[in-house]
Amino acid sequence: MRIKNYFLNHLYAFFYSLGQMSRAPLSSVMTMVVIGITLALPAGLYAVLKNAQQLSAGWDDVAQISVFLKKDVDSQALAGLAKRLHDRPDIAKITTVPAAQALEEFRKLSGFDDALRALDENPLPSVLIIQPAVGYADPAAVEHLQASLRKLPEADFVQLDIQWVQRLHAVLEIAKRGVEILAVLLGLAVLLIVGNTIRLGVQSNRDEIAITKLIGATDGFVRRPFLYAGVWYGLLGGIIAWGLVSLALLLLDEPVRKVSALYDSAFALGMLDAWTILLLLCSGTLLGLLGSWLAVGKHLRAVEPD
Amino acid sequence: MSTPCSIFFFLLTTFENMIQFTNVTKRYPGGHQALSNVSFELKSGEMAFLTGHSGAGKSTLLKLITCIERPTAGQVMVNGKNLGKLGRRHVPAVRRQIGMIFQDHKLINERTVFDNVALPLVIAGLHNHQEIARRVRAALDKVGLLGKEKQYPVTLSSGEQQRVGIARAVVNKPALLLADEPTGNLDPDLAAEVMGLFGQFNQVGVTVLIVSHNIDLISRFRSRILHLENGGLV
Repeated sequence: MRIKNYFLNHLYAFFYSLGQMSRAPLSSVMTMVVIGITLALPAGLYAVLKNAQQLSAGWDDVAQISVFLKKDVDSQALAGLAKRLHDRPDIAKITTVPAAQALEEFRKLSGFDDALRALDENPLPSVLIIQPAVGYADPAAVEHLQASLRKLPEADFVQLDIQWVQRLHAVLEIAKRGVEILAVLLGLAVLLIVGNTIRLGVQSNRDEIAITKLIGATDGFVRRPFLYAGVWYGLLGGIIAWGLVSLALLLLDEPVRKVSALYDSAFALGMLDAWTILLLLCSGTLLGLLGSWLAVGKHLRAVEPD
Repeated sequence: MSTPCSIFFFLLTTFENMIQFTNVTKRYPGGHQALSNVSFELKSGEMAFLTGHSGAGKSTLLKLITCIERPTAGQVMVNGKNLGKLGRRHVPAVRRQIGMIFQDHKLINERTVFDNVALPLVIAGLHNHQEIARRVRAALDKVGLLGKEKQYPVTLSSGEQQRVGIARAVVNKPALLLADEPTGNLDPDLAAEVMGLFGQFNQVGVTVLIVSHNIDLISRFRSRILHLENGGLV
């Protein structure tokens, strides 16, 4: 009976708070939209960031090490070296580019045909292009491989092609931290928006609250509809934010497709995933509840019958 | 307190008196002394009138009974509870036992007559809509406003609003009814009718305390009259 009453009390507050909001629909909707925009900003940035991370995650696979060999390494030594290295477990594939072949390719591609012909000897070194094995693709293992390749007597210069990807990842990490800081700040803003709206609600219902208390309503009875109002603001604000971010991603989708087509990529913007949506709605709801809780505790106490 | 005899006396003093003031003094911050050393009791089932000039302390006395104000000195007991020692959390339970009628009605203007009268029931935790409707209609019927439940208070006359206030006060069948100038804005016929209503409630066992200036009307009842003057009972 107690439990049933508890739920019925909450049900009453649930509908009562909806009724209160429908009495001033414009200001209620405006509050929700403001909350929606405030939540949409970090959510949208997060979505963009996640897409960027997904895009760059694909580039990790192209991690390869170019080993430029010393001039005196001839093609036979090159083949021997490749064969020797191929036995290593951390190397998946080795492509050899003998100096002559490199010169031929360069001649074809660069258009410096005549200039190259004028040279006495081939200025290009032989190159080994090494692809790390799948189990050894993490940055530490690749680093280790790179170090051991550098120690080869034949090696002149070893270059890790993945470095720029790592730098991009580092930059994305900074951006991610920035979005997190922004999310905390804007979450605080939602708290204040809801708190202020609830404070105004308490003030405009002063008489009603005082009368209700005079008839014997408990603090909980008076507080409950305001807490529900906070939950509504937060939840509907979260839904609006979801809509705004989805709309923005939809609008960006076509131009992004065009750009990625130009780069021969099939990359397309991903929509918000279920987990992010859940997080967005939950944090909106919790911020709404917390904001109204903080405001209502402070302001309801000040309204007493006289 | 543990002997049967003392329990008996405890129960006697607890339930015999609905209201008991013992040497109650109320001084407001700023120094104004509204009540000084007031002692009286109102027995369960009794009906009494409280008279006095404005500023004599009538409102303060009612506020002490309803826990809006706390006594500066002395003891206020209502229905066996010492209000001076009552924590904030326990105030609502005391107020729920009291039906209050105000001179300015104190109705919620944004809600219909029905919702206003139903409010004490909802606060008390009644959720059965049929039961609420039945009791609201019964209360409205008693004050002669049965057809007006869907209207808003502002569309009613002052006398009708006053009666909505009475319906709200009695809908939860309180043990104690307090009325602050309930006939102040009513014409003589209506005033007599409203006073008659209080008489009826009293006859079914409700303790009634009415603040009124209407000496003519009061004298028709054979009830005790408490007269306040300058913060003291005379």
